[in-house]
Amino acid sequence: MHYRLEASDLEQLLDALKADGYALLGPQRQDNAILYDTLESVADLPQGWTDQQEAGQYKLKRREDAAYFGYVVGPRSWKRVFLPPRKRLWSATQQDGVWSISEEPLPTQKVALIGVRACEIHAIAIQDRVLREGPYPDPYYTTMRAQSLIIAVNCTQAAPTCFCTSMDTGPNATFGFDLSLTELLEPAHCFVVEVGSPKGQALVETLGLPAANDPDQARAQAGVDQARKQIKRTLQRDDVKALLYRNLEHARWDEVASRCLSCANCTMVCPTCFCTEMEDITDLTGDHAERWQRWDSCFHGQFTHVHGGPVRQSTRSRYRQWLTHKLASWEDQFGTTGCVGCGRCIAWCPAGIDLTAEVKAFRESEHTQENNKR
Amino acid sequence: MTQKPKLAVWKFASCDGCQLSLLDCEDELLAVAGAVDIAYFPEATRRMVDGPYDVSLVEGSITTPHDAERIVAIRKNSKKLITIGACATAGGIQALRNFRDVKEWTSLVYAHPEYIDTLAHSSPIAEHVKVDFELRGCPINKMQLVEVLAAFLNQRKPLVPNHSVCVECKLNEQVCVMVTQQTPCLGPVTQAGCGALCPRYLRGCFGCFGPKENPNTASMATQWRTSGASESQIFRAFRGINGYAEAFRLESERSEQRLQPTEQEAK
Repeated sequence: MHYRLEASDLEQLLDALKADGYALLGPQRQDNAILYDTLESVADLPQGWTDQQEAGQYKLKRREDAAYFGYVVGPRSWKRVFLPPRKRLWSATQQDGVWSISEEPLPTQKVALIGVRACEIHAIAIQDRVLREGPYPDPYYTTMRAQSLIIAVNCTQAAPTCFCTSMDTGPNATFGFDLSLTELLEPAHCFVVEVGSPKGQALVETLGLPAANDPDQARAQAGVDQARKQIKRTLQRDDVKALLYRNLEHARWDEVASRCLSCANCTMVCPTCFCTEMEDITDLTGDHAERWQRWDSCFHGQFTHVHGGPVRQSTRSRYRQWLTHKLASWEDQFGTTGCVGCGRCIAWCPAGIDLTAEVKAFRESEHTQENNKR
Repeated sequence: MTQKPKLAVWKFASCDGCQLSLLDCEDELLAVAGAVDIAYFPEATRRMVDGPYDVSLVEGSITTPHDAERIVAIRKNSKKLITIGACATAGGIQALRNFRDVKEWTSLVYAHPEYIDTLAHSSPIAEHVKVDFELRGCPINKMQLVEVLAAFLNQRKPLVPNHSVCVECKLNEQVCVMVTQQTPCLGPVTQAGCGALCPRYLRGCFGCFGPKENPNTASMATQWRTSGASESQIFRAFRGINGYAEAFRLESERSEQRLQPTEQEAK
């Protein structure tokens, strides 16, 4: 069952969520990008703006229409909500020789995520397997996930960096949402709404949304099809794991390492990368200590530091670790791929390194070898 | 009551900015003064207590024969020696002399060059004595200084990550100026520590904290070229405050070689 929400009534949806006690997070235009941040009202949305993305490039541009969700994805992903960049885990204070440890209280604020893309829902599901469903659930992550509500927005346009169709993660959301919206600009600006949970159903009833008619539903489908058609980047997935495992000593790793800055931007913007570092600090007196968790990256030397130095010293070994984990050993470890095809690592790499091109290079070199044999 | 550790602050060829970071600690300054006995710090107090010192902070580079002798004496008189700032860890901006003929320069600059007793190179402290920790920055970050002092006082490892400035941008959730604006930025090859100050104001990183661990300066230079930066811009970016730090030095030398033919063409 699909419903119809007039664009002019979008505020009512936000108001209903607020009334239900949710803090709203959603897209807005900040510092030359569209970022997810605290949302007060519809006026904060990046209406009439879009993003243009290429390898190592991201630019905002005015749209000719009044679309609220007429962009693709920006540098922030939703992982910041569940796995914040920095988080204090506990602090300890010494008084008269006795230490008292206080654990950081868990958050109680419910959050509604507005404008979650299909690939991002898959990314959340991937992180769920690691941080929520694994043998050591992260308490903060688990708490935030339990009190989050997801309003998905189906993609009706794609960026040149997108390859969700290769990863089977988009362009439309098929699970993991409370409500999903498909924005229609013509003949009237409205949203076709799909319900994905009892909470979503309750929202639709609160708002008293009418059913969407067939033409609206067809237009929504056409929008999603349009996005699908726009996607030109591909990553052949079926044998990528075996392909990478067969080529662990390939010269291509040296070639990509000559371009890779090992700056870690790809892992920071990746919606599935979950590695964190523990940082312990004290004050000058030594009477107060804190433990913090912060995002870490397999591109850091410190990441594999053991007695005597880092295990992965070269950029070659770090890039290889990242790519083989993302596309191959992630599957061995968690039963899914670690990539959702959002293209963030391509757009936000200052050197414009494109993992789909790297995978193709391995595949083509094997073809060349095969042909040479014949 | 046990005696407080004795802290000394020494100056070599430098602008004093890093020492000032200690005075600039404001809120933390009283805590610092409470945790250590500031035994020698001429910039702050005329009270001077003789060594040995538990911790010596050394600012500045070695540029004269007298400096070279003095740092050896300071090392002997210090249990722990920590260098602070780009001058002390990489030779500083005055290390630009290392790429030219100092005698020629002194003859151009001074009326009586014979009075000038200087070394051919401006060198980091670690080229002369064993250094226990090098704190980067031009100037250093005062919170990192407090962290390093706290670590040494509590006999733990200082929490001073050697990853890129990019990581600070991302942890602060700042948007990349290079990707969005094609702004030439040294962030991907520069060590974190400033809190990504320049990108926060939509400027590119100047590399004040020197090369990060495992820096790929060649790819960085290529990227700048692709974004339209001139070769002399690239040359100057790498030959700056940290121009004598190895990775930046090598890249500026490569860039200089590219620059020379074009300069000749211009002539």
